[in-house]
Amino acid sequence: MKLSICWLYGSSMNIYGDRGNVLSLAQRCRWRGIEAEIVQLGLGDPLDQGAHDIYFWGGGQDREQINVSADVQGAKGDALKAEIEDGAPLLSVCGGYQLLGHYYRPADGADLPGIGLFDATTTAGNERFIGNIVVESREFGELVGFENHSGLTHLGSNAEPLGKVRVGRGNNGVDGTEGCRYRNAIGCYMHGALLPKNPKLSDFLIRAALRRRYSLDVLPALDDSLETTAHASAVGRALARR
Amino acid sequence: MSASSRLDVRLAAGVAAGKLSGRAIRLLGRGGGTAAPGLIANLIEPNILNKLTGKVRDGRIVVAGTNGKTTTSRMLADILERADLRVIHNRSGSNLVRGISAAFAAQSSWSGQPRGDIAVIESDEAAFPDVVRRVNPRIILLLNLFRDQLDRYGELDTIATRWRESFETLRPDQLLLVNGDDPALAAITEDLAAQRRLFGIQESRYLLDELPHAVDSALCRRCGAPLRYSQLFLSHLGEYVCDSCGFRRPPLDFAASDIDLHGLDSVSLRLAHDESILDLSLAIPGLYNAYNAIAAAGAALALGVGPALIAETLGAFRSAFGRIERVSYRGRQLVIVLVKNPVGFDEVLRMLAVGGLSDPALIVINDLDADGRDVSWLWDVNVEQLANGSSPIYTSGIRGADMAVRLKYAGIATERIHPLKALANSFEQFVDTIPEGGSGYILPTYTAMLELRRMLAHRGVVADFWEQ
Ligand SMILES: [Zn+2]
Repeated sequence: MKLSICWLYGSSMNIYGDRGNVLSLAQRCRWRGIEAEIVQLGLGDPLDQGAHDIYFWGGGQDREQINVSADVQGAKGDALKAEIEDGAPLLSVCGGYQLLGHYYRPADGADLPGIGLFDATTTAGNERFIGNIVVESREFGELVGFENHSGLTHLGSNAEPLGKVRVGRGNNGVDGTEGCRYRNAIGCYMHGALLPKNPKLSDFLIRAALRRRYSLDVLPALDDSLETTAHASAVGRALARR
Repeated sequence: MSASSRLDVRLAAGVAAGKLSGRAIRLLGRGGGTAAPGLIANLIEPNILNKLTGKVRDGRIVVAGTNGKTTTSRMLADILERADLRVIHNRSGSNLVRGISAAFAAQSSWSGQPRGDIAVIESDEAAFPDVVRRVNPRIILLLNLFRDQLDRYGELDTIATRWRESFETLRPDQLLLVNGDDPALAAITEDLAAQRRLFGIQESRYLLDELPHAVDSALCRRCGAPLRYSQLFLSHLGEYVCDSCGFRRPPLDFAASDIDLHGLDSVSLRLAHDESILDLSLAIPGLYNAYNAIAAAGAALALGVGPALIAETLGAFRSAFGRIERVSYRGRQLVIVLVKNPVGFDEVLRMLAVGGLSDPALIVINDLDADGRDVSWLWDVNVEQLANGSSPIYTSGIRGADMAVRLKYAGIATERIHPLKALANSFEQFVDTIPEGGSGYILPTYTAMLELRRMLAHRGVVADFWEQ
């Protein structure tokens, strides 16, 4: 059994340890005897529908975001949307999350178009939200990460947030929402890296991939005691530094 | 076939053995393959080092001292490379005769012709006389002689005596470049046939009030009376005089002044030599690195390299391993290395991985402002290079649990990962896991380093802040 993890724009968009998410997915597959292949898909590389099982898209610098926004328009963005409609799981963080919405509006210059997978728009803000973030998700329970962004994301009426902010700022610092959910796709502002300390989320993505590729709906449990301890300590830190 | 180009079969066989066994050992993944090939090469051709070094056109520079020799020889090698010389250098830090032999074999043709114009050779203190005898150096660079805290009492004097005997064999065309701030080095390099020049610091800032606790009282090597320091810069290095016999720090040929320390980041200084002034701005921290830079610059100037090129190279020099401190505590040697960013952490882990990491390690991760509040950077560190070892790795600090997870996802077996409580409550526990006489590594972030240093000071232990 094998899963292909597709890392979108990994060479140009990989900040704040986002590669930890890819490592988490790959290792949690391997520890269960599932072969995991990591494929980087960069600028100009076509996205073949059906070739990959899990998508990850991390954050980047503003400068990179311009090229990436242009690259993901057209066939590539359409293919990615079709994959998600087909049930493919995806995690996006920060810059990747923003470009999965309708657009990113910088302080000056033209809007960077996204692909509109999420009913969300992002505008550059004046304040940078930096700090530990704790989110309460109906689906995944308590999630913890580290946010570092000035973009303000507002969800449209059709969009479902990933969860409610308990500590931190989240999508825009005002409405108490964090991230976005659509089918098996997740967008959020949580670095950390997110998945290693939130193994439930990691396993949600792997399980969705197995279901889609192998019609398999079981996932053997792993010993997550180190992850659970790290999760609790990060939450404790977030509460203490609030 | 002329005599000069005739193949020296035994030398070629020694070189081949050195090269091949080095490769085989690297392929087997056992350590860095640095010393063992030299051992085999020396068995086949006992004079391999003498023969290979003799063929280096512009001569050999031997760098010796308890601390800083790796940094200093890297600095000097960098300068000479910038001056368009091909430099042979035992970079891997393998500094016994066989390690140096291996480095030369690796950097020679199969017939035994070294691929270099000049050699910078870092030597172990005990091996130093043998190295000098074999390589016939053009310049000997002497940095310092510290009493290693694990050394049995008196070993330093034995080394100083052996070095003195070695110096007495030198010829007038050989140059000793000596740290004049070290009274032991100044004393054992007096009245020789070889030339001697001295470097040191002439500065009234950054003075210590008294000799650090780790330093034994400095005695005059001529008459045995205690030395009096008018200025003390670091450990036992300073401006000294013996009130009993008049022995004093000799006049400096290369004098550093206007030293400016910028925390853990950088240091700048002004180096005066003859009529010329050299302003150095280093991107590595500490007085210890100022000494290393003065030594490297002095040697380069003595070799005729231009001041501008020296300043430029030293300004671009980056420490390979970051900040390293060694302390002896409860009969164990603790090696403490600051980790503060992915690049530095990577280098430290590479150093541990190359050594095979057989000793326990403790990684202490804090997330206070000075450390960076975001610990995401741990995921940008190449922790995977530790996965092949078998030694236990302990984690502590405010975000020690994050580090434990990072280790796990790097493929390190969970049996090797041991999360500990806060440093104050777990430090002794970590020390207990190290066998007496053994060593352990501690890798703290900045504020964890400060906490560790406070704890050690409270226990009466003072570290020498030197990079090894
Ligand atoms: Zn005296």
